[in-house]
Amino acid sequence: MSKYMVNLKINNIPIAVEEGTTILDAAKRLNFHIPTLCNHPDLSVAGNCRVCVVEVKGARLLAASCATPVSEGMEVFTNSEKVRIARKHVVELLLSEHNADCTKCFKNGHCELQELASEYRYGDHIFIDLVPFKHKYLDISSPSITKDTSKCIRCQRCVRTCAELQAVSALAVVHKGNHQTISTFMDKPMNDVVCTNCGQCINRCPTGALYERNYIEDVWNAIYNPNKFVVVQTAPATRVAVGEDLGLEPGHRVTGKMVAALKKMGFNKVLDTDFTADLTIMEEGTELLTRLKKALVDKDETVKLPMMTSCSPGWIKFQEHMFPDLLPNLSTCKSPQQMFGSLAKTYYADKINIKAENMIVVSIMPCTAKKFECNRPEMRDSGFKDVDYVLTTRELAMMIKQAGIEFDKLEDQHYDSILGESTGAAVIFGATGGVMEAALRTAYEIVTGKEVPFANLEIKPVRGMDGVKEASIKIKGAKPEWSFLEGVEMNVAVAHGLTNAKILMEAVESGKTNYHFIEIMGCPGGCIGGGGQPIPTSPEIRRKRAEAIYEEDAGMPIRKSHENPEVVEVYKDYLGHPCGHQSHELLHTHYVERKRY
Amino acid sequence: MEQKQLKRVDLIFEWDEKNTPIQVLDKTLQKTPDAIILEMIDSGLKGRGGAGFPTGLKWKFTRNEDSEVKYVICNADEGEPGTFKDREILDRVPEKIFTGMAICAYVIGAKEGYIYLRAEYNFLLKSLQQKLDKFNQQLKERQIDFSIYLRSGSGAYVCGEESALFESMEGKRGEPRNKPPYPTVAGYNSKPTVINNVETLVYTCEICRMGAEKFKALGTSDSRGSKVFSVSGDTTKPGIYELELGMPLKDFIDEFGDDDAKAVQVGGASGHCVPRKKFNDTIIGFEGIPTGGSMMIFNSSRSMYNVLHDYLEFFTEESCGQCTPCRVGCQQLLKGIEAVKKGERPPTYLEDLKKLTLTMKIAAKCGLGQSVANPFISIVDNFKEEIIY
Repeated sequence: MSKYMVNLKINNIPIAVEEGTTILDAAKRLNFHIPTLCNHPDLSVAGNCRVCVVEVKGARLLAASCATPVSEGMEVFTNSEKVRIARKHVVELLLSEHNADCTKCFKNGHCELQELASEYRYGDHIFIDLVPFKHKYLDISSPSITKDTSKCIRCQRCVRTCAELQAVSALAVVHKGNHQTISTFMDKPMNDVVCTNCGQCINRCPTGALYERNYIEDVWNAIYNPNKFVVVQTAPATRVAVGEDLGLEPGHRVTGKMVAALKKMGFNKVLDTDFTADLTIMEEGTELLTRLKKALVDKDETVKLPMMTSCSPGWIKFQEHMFPDLLPNLSTCKSPQQMFGSLAKTYYADKINIKAENMIVVSIMPCTAKKFECNRPEMRDSGFKDVDYVLTTRELAMMIKQAGIEFDKLEDQHYDSILGESTGAAVIFGATGGVMEAALRTAYEIVTGKEVPFANLEIKPVRGMDGVKEASIKIKGAKPEWSFLEGVEMNVAVAHGLTNAKILMEAVESGKTNYHFIEIMGCPGGCIGGGGQPIPTSPEIRRKRAEAIYEEDAGMPIRKSHENPEVVEVYKDYLGHPCGHQSHELLHTHYVERKRY
Repeated sequence: MEQKQLKRVDLIFEWDEKNTPIQVLDKTLQKTPDAIILEMIDSGLKGRGGAGFPTGLKWKFTRNEDSEVKYVICNADEGEPGTFKDREILDRVPEKIFTGMAICAYVIGAKEGYIYLRAEYNFLLKSLQQKLDKFNQQLKERQIDFSIYLRSGSGAYVCGEESALFESMEGKRGEPRNKPPYPTVAGYNSKPTVINNVETLVYTCEICRMGAEKFKALGTSDSRGSKVFSVSGDTTKPGIYELELGMPLKDFIDEFGDDDAKAVQVGGASGHCVPRKKFNDTIIGFEGIPTGGSMMIFNSSRSMYNVLHDYLEFFTEESCGQCTPCRVGCQQLLKGIEAVKKGERPPTYLEDLKKLTLTMKIAAKCGLGQSVANPFISIVDNFKEEIIY
């Protein structure tokens, strides 16, 4: 259906826009800013906060500009007397039910309501404070997500995020009228419901009603403790995003500055999760090939295909709740974070002569689910808690500011060695399709001895922001030990965001697919869009971060995991071979079935 | 202003043995849909649920939509405080409702109709279902491709708002939608839908029975026909009365009051409060004060503060809670008059609250929040002393 143009006037200025455009978007094109709260570029239109109301000539009611399409001859006023009075009322009403302890709030300075309040400077708070009469409730049950109902302004962004992007609906609207609130099933604590800890709700909450459980003080205490040797690892996606919270534009790569800042902050060693991302490829790639052999040659029916990646802890918990029958399909590999933890407190501790009980492992992650993951009882294979504290990218930025470091003036520094070397294959773990691409680069070469047949090693079909991506690679010239794979068409699929994961899982359950390997990342865009990344987020911002990730890959001297010299070393020195006994002890795990309610 | 004297009418509950509803249907289906629409428009019938949208136009808009699937829905979620006329209609003459729906379905091209019955009326379900089965059977015998089904609500006032009603029927939380699109374009299941009040549908049946001319002879030019009123409060004869539209409130009070009436709440909690001094110049109809039928009479023993407080408590609880002006606004109004009463806020605070209701009137998402200004301003303006002291 072809769209035709609609003519209208906004604040007396004529403009023609495509049919179906909202008043809000039309006004944006004329550089008229209309404030919004419940609106978000990733979500469906709600039109419920009413901050964005505008006057339409001849209409009895003000129109919510986010929810009202333009019409021919419409005359809109975005700042008329009626609009200003209504907007002032709406903001004041929101403030009256909001627990405005801004100076104590974790979101202080990052709160959209605060921004709006400071923009309008309403001095005469006329309305009665409703917060004291309310059911005030701080939920700190989850190791990942803190929920403070007293800060909630009922915009329902979190509810839409959880339902639309993640297909989880752990958060929902309950009750009505003055009792209406956002809650969980039967008002249970966050840790007791289907919440996957993905943190996407945090990324979209305009206020401090949802934020990560923060461990900043614990980490500072560890750093200051002379008896502790504090090791920090940084995930691939943090290096293209942390700059956003430190005054830089989205898409800036700040790897070297981030390393320098961590060293200045006093961490004893600054190491890289990318190292264990490469290790994951070795383990997961080998596991895949072993599964294929068992299924295709040995006809072992207990072996489940397609194999699915296990790097994303939000995705893992989703699968444990929603598709427990498919748990055997999950790779048994731990996530790179947890591989790092168990290796750090065994192999690495030995190497540098530090007692594991004196070592603290801190992770900088784009993720809130990692906070839950490091607390899983399975994650103690070193004999200790493998990873002690997980900080989000946002928490890291806060600590850098607290330390008084002028981030943009820092000289680039390198990760410490060992456990600091990585490849381009590891970096792209941060974007959707990255694990798949890295795995194929290695697996194809193991089987054929040749590089994947894609220009510049870039496997374009698995890149990009399509919700579900598919690709096939035909194996040609397999080595003798892999001859059963000769001519086999390897079918792979990639999904990001749990709604897309659900679509893919339902397809797998239907039995109509013939995939061998599936990559799932719990968050939209993969880790670059993780629940611990700087706020705001949007498709545009995630696209820029992904571009930065691929730039980083292209600029790396080594771009295949199996060529990482430290990885080669760790197998020779300690682990033996991929999926060997020692690997199984330290680098692999198992999953548990969880109930939905 | 055109006025009528109070006159009782007997259309809704009248049973014409020579023109039973099913006979009216047979007769009406001889006409073309366009002819029926013209007759409806000509009759001047406006929706009897309270909002007063011209029924003929609603049917016309829906007929003009290009869609395989369309629906007719009878809004029987009679939730407005003080309204109880639909219950009586559903109990006594449901065949007329069914017939109105079948005529509408024929006009717009719908194959399915639904009656959304408020949860509190579930006691009617059994008898209604029996009569409906018989009617559906009659449609089948006539090879009319249309059936009516019953749906039960879950007890929320806001689900009487048409788009919240659709959400509820679709199994979702009953929250009003953004408009546009309107139901005639995207209603139940996002398909073009006519949603009419119980009484409106009965009048469509009646107009088809007696012709637009006879219907038009009743009422005024703005308010054609008659209307069923639910009379309650301090009255000597509470109950259901069908009266010609366009009468002065004075006549109404003379008939139903207890000689001590100080105010009438016209149109339920979301309607307007008329004090005694304005009884003479208040016309009941679309040119004066429109009403979904609720007429609550208060005599001098009643505290208008308590009346307003009750209404505000009701809205505070029954707001769906999604939009700010309604969810928080209602709470502020309630807490506000309490504070003024207790002397915690000055009497002038009532002016601030009145301004707030004006914002609610134009910025709330649906009719619920938009109409809170009606009782608030009319009670505060007319009974300020009672609110303050």
